[in-house]
Amino acid sequence: MSQTTATDTGNVAAPRAMKHYLNHDKTIWSWLSTVDHKRIGLMYGVTLAIMFLIGGTLALLVRIELLTKGPTIMEADTYNQVFTMHGIVMVFLFLVPSIPAVLGNFALPMHLGAADVAFPRLNLASYYVYLAGGALVLCGLIVGNVDTGWTFYTPYSSQGDGSVLFLTSAVFVAGFASIFTGINFIVTIHKMRAPGLTWDRLSLFTWSMYAVSIVQVLATPVVGITMVLLFFERFLGIGIFDPALGGDPILYQHFFWFYSHPAVYIMILPAFGVVSELIAPFVRQPINGYKFVALSSVAIAFLGFLVWGHHMFVSGQSAVSSIVFSLITYLIGIPTGVKVCNWVVTMYKGSIWLQTPFLYALSFLFLFTIGGLTGIMLGVLAIDIHLHDTYFVVSHFHYVMMGGTVIAAIGALHYWWPKMTGKMFSETWGKVSCLLVFLGFNLTFLPQFVLGSRGMPRRYAQYVAEFQELHQMSSYGAFLLGFGLFVALGVFIHSMMAGKKAPPNPWGGATLEWQCTSPPPYYNFLEPPTVNDPYNYKPLVYRDGDRGWEYVHPEAPEVPQSEPEPAQS
Amino acid sequence: MEDKGTLWLPVDASTMAGEIDSLFYFTYYVSIAIFVAVIVAMVYFVIKYRRKHANERTERVHESKILELTWIVVPTILCMVVFTWGFQSFLRMSIAPPGAYEITVRAAKWNWEFEYNNGFVVGGNLHVPADRPVRLVMSSADVLHSLFVPAFRVKHDVIPNRYTSVWFEATKAGEYDLFCTEYCGTDHSGMLAKVVVMPQDEFNEWVDSRGGMSDDMPLPELGELLYQQRGCLGCHSLDGSEMVGPTFQGLYGSQRNFGDGTTAEADDNYLRDSIVNPGSRIVEGYQNQMPAIYGTLSERELSGLIAYIKAQQ
Repeated sequence: MSQTTATDTGNVAAPRAMKHYLNHDKTIWSWLSTVDHKRIGLMYGVTLAIMFLIGGTLALLVRIELLTKGPTIMEADTYNQVFTMHGIVMVFLFLVPSIPAVLGNFALPMHLGAADVAFPRLNLASYYVYLAGGALVLCGLIVGNVDTGWTFYTPYSSQGDGSVLFLTSAVFVAGFASIFTGINFIVTIHKMRAPGLTWDRLSLFTWSMYAVSIVQVLATPVVGITMVLLFFERFLGIGIFDPALGGDPILYQHFFWFYSHPAVYIMILPAFGVVSELIAPFVRQPINGYKFVALSSVAIAFLGFLVWGHHMFVSGQSAVSSIVFSLITYLIGIPTGVKVCNWVVTMYKGSIWLQTPFLYALSFLFLFTIGGLTGIMLGVLAIDIHLHDTYFVVSHFHYVMMGGTVIAAIGALHYWWPKMTGKMFSETWGKVSCLLVFLGFNLTFLPQFVLGSRGMPRRYAQYVAEFQELHQMSSYGAFLLGFGLFVALGVFIHSMMAGKKAPPNPWGGATLEWQCTSPPPYYNFLEPPTVNDPYNYKPLVYRDGDRGWEYVHPEAPEVPQSEPEPAQS
Repeated sequence: MEDKGTLWLPVDASTMAGEIDSLFYFTYYVSIAIFVAVIVAMVYFVIKYRRKHANERTERVHESKILELTWIVVPTILCMVVFTWGFQSFLRMSIAPPGAYEITVRAAKWNWEFEYNNGFVVGGNLHVPADRPVRLVMSSADVLHSLFVPAFRVKHDVIPNRYTSVWFEATKAGEYDLFCTEYCGTDHSGMLAKVVVMPQDEFNEWVDSRGGMSDDMPLPELGELLYQQRGCLGCHSLDGSEMVGPTFQGLYGSQRNFGDGTTAEADDNYLRDSIVNPGSRIVEGYQNQMPAIYGTLSERELSGLIAYIKAQQ
């Protein structure tokens, strides 16, 4: 049966494809109460786009303020609140959910050949819990006065009025959304794989989602507990972190980074998975060293739990702990380097198709390599003493979080856009926006490395005169970056209004979602998908006109559909 | 011409700086080499293997175990080199040589206060002798702060419930920036000072004379010196501009409106009370931000400060 599906000209011709997940029921209630993973992914997508806009606007306000050394458009108090909200919105409401909640929800079940995630209602609950967290942040914004930085370091955060508690409870609540998604994905990957989809045939996107889900489930409760302890201290007067009550502020830092360092991997691991998917089809080569790339995600997830202390080299923790944390930090660099090398070598003897999603993957490789190498520099104990809490750190984590995660996410949005909406976008303008974002990003953050290593501390509303030129370069870069992102938004809006109809497989991808129609039907697969090596491009042939890529002569042996796969566990 | 340091690092003015700079530039150049290798390979492949026509076939590349091992082993060795180097320097930075000259540092929002071994307390700038190891023993009166001197490449958090310390040996006389690098609230970016490095004999003279203070100074001059030394200038302007605290310009004799609705005239007793008990009456529109650390000023010093404020009309 699947033989016929594969040799057929594809699913697109089926008349049933007229009804798909976007139009099978058009009422607003059908969206708000949907348990379809694709619709939940889209709802998350729209919400996160709004969060990104809010966080980005705050970032631009920060950059405008820093155009001159004195007050430019705001007083120090306002500035402190603006950078605090920028951090909280971007980290907890955008980066942590970003790729798993939007693209993972949309694509992961299809990568597994499944009709949905294992717990569709839990999936919807995760979205509403996330919204509740977002609402609490909004309350905090309206009440104002939160100027602790996104780290909420004690004892500063235990002083002042109680408005900071809106934000800590938002972090607590939004954490549950993250845990729900994590549990859902773990069970889905274990239990919902199509027959024949063994662990060594999983896409690398699936592998990274698996690794990140484990981190989400294990690490997120710690930040929840920390926020509860802050409440206990405030309302019950139990001295945990505040020295005035007999607590220890460094204990707070341990708790906070025990979550927030793994959270860095919650943010970057999905990007690693996405990049593998963005490279392979456009190179027509399987990812070099599949096993190394897959297992390095798991290794990073595991080691990510053991390095939180590298945020505290100058905090007063013991020198011995600092040395151990520094050592383990390098161990994370190794699997990360393995990934980058494998991605680059994948291009060797490939057939490289320079489409927008692939350009974003190249942009990711450039920016993330800088982010990773500067991370190694910061891991060197004696150098970190000088660079700690300066703009060097600010630039480093923006290269990882924005140059890595955000760039990969935008690239992946272009990649899956035809599948999500059934529409193609303008390649030319897609490439233009990719270039603008790349140039704007580097102009923003390269000067910040120099600022930092020359001694400019972070979180400064005003600064000494010698730093002004570099700050201005950085601000102009930020304007260019913002402009580039609006061009990308324009590309998507134009595609929705006037995009050409997308074929089922516009890029020549071999993972299973490309066997669905574009957009997919409600339960994804009209026919059971042909399970194959996710990176075997031999049977795919490009057809002229708007038909995209189609299977012609599958070479891999068929897996009998009647026999359940014994390797599942 | 003033020494601006290299492109990446500011002027180096301590014995440790050279060692840290070599380590910085070593990791920097190794990183650049790795980065260039990755990008050159990437760009070369993109150009060389660019798709000529849509249905181009590709040969499946045989995966090389040796290549895979290379990029595991080589970075591991490089990492171990910089780790070992980094932690040895770190140990030297952590342990002050015996006999280092000790200065007590107290941080409070948003002031640095330095106390020398003859009981001389001074805010504002930190004065240290050149060519002698100096150890700072630091504590905080309120929240976390962090003392950072870029030219010395030293930094350490200053914490409310325990002492922390840094040490350095300055090599060049001059003035260097001292920043607070742990976020500490409203005026975090105003918590600045200079480190003034002086030759040993000049430094001794400076400490012995308590920064040029003498018993027969006229009160307003004493007040001006204290205004600078004790960090008043960080929050109280002389030209009427708004800072964290009310300006001193025209303060004496003016009507003060307090947050609780009461009023008073700013006379000598009000000023004295505001210095010694800063939290007792807060002027409308301001926060209770002034640290209560000025109760130890002598009677003459208080009179001096009041005389100086009086003179700011």
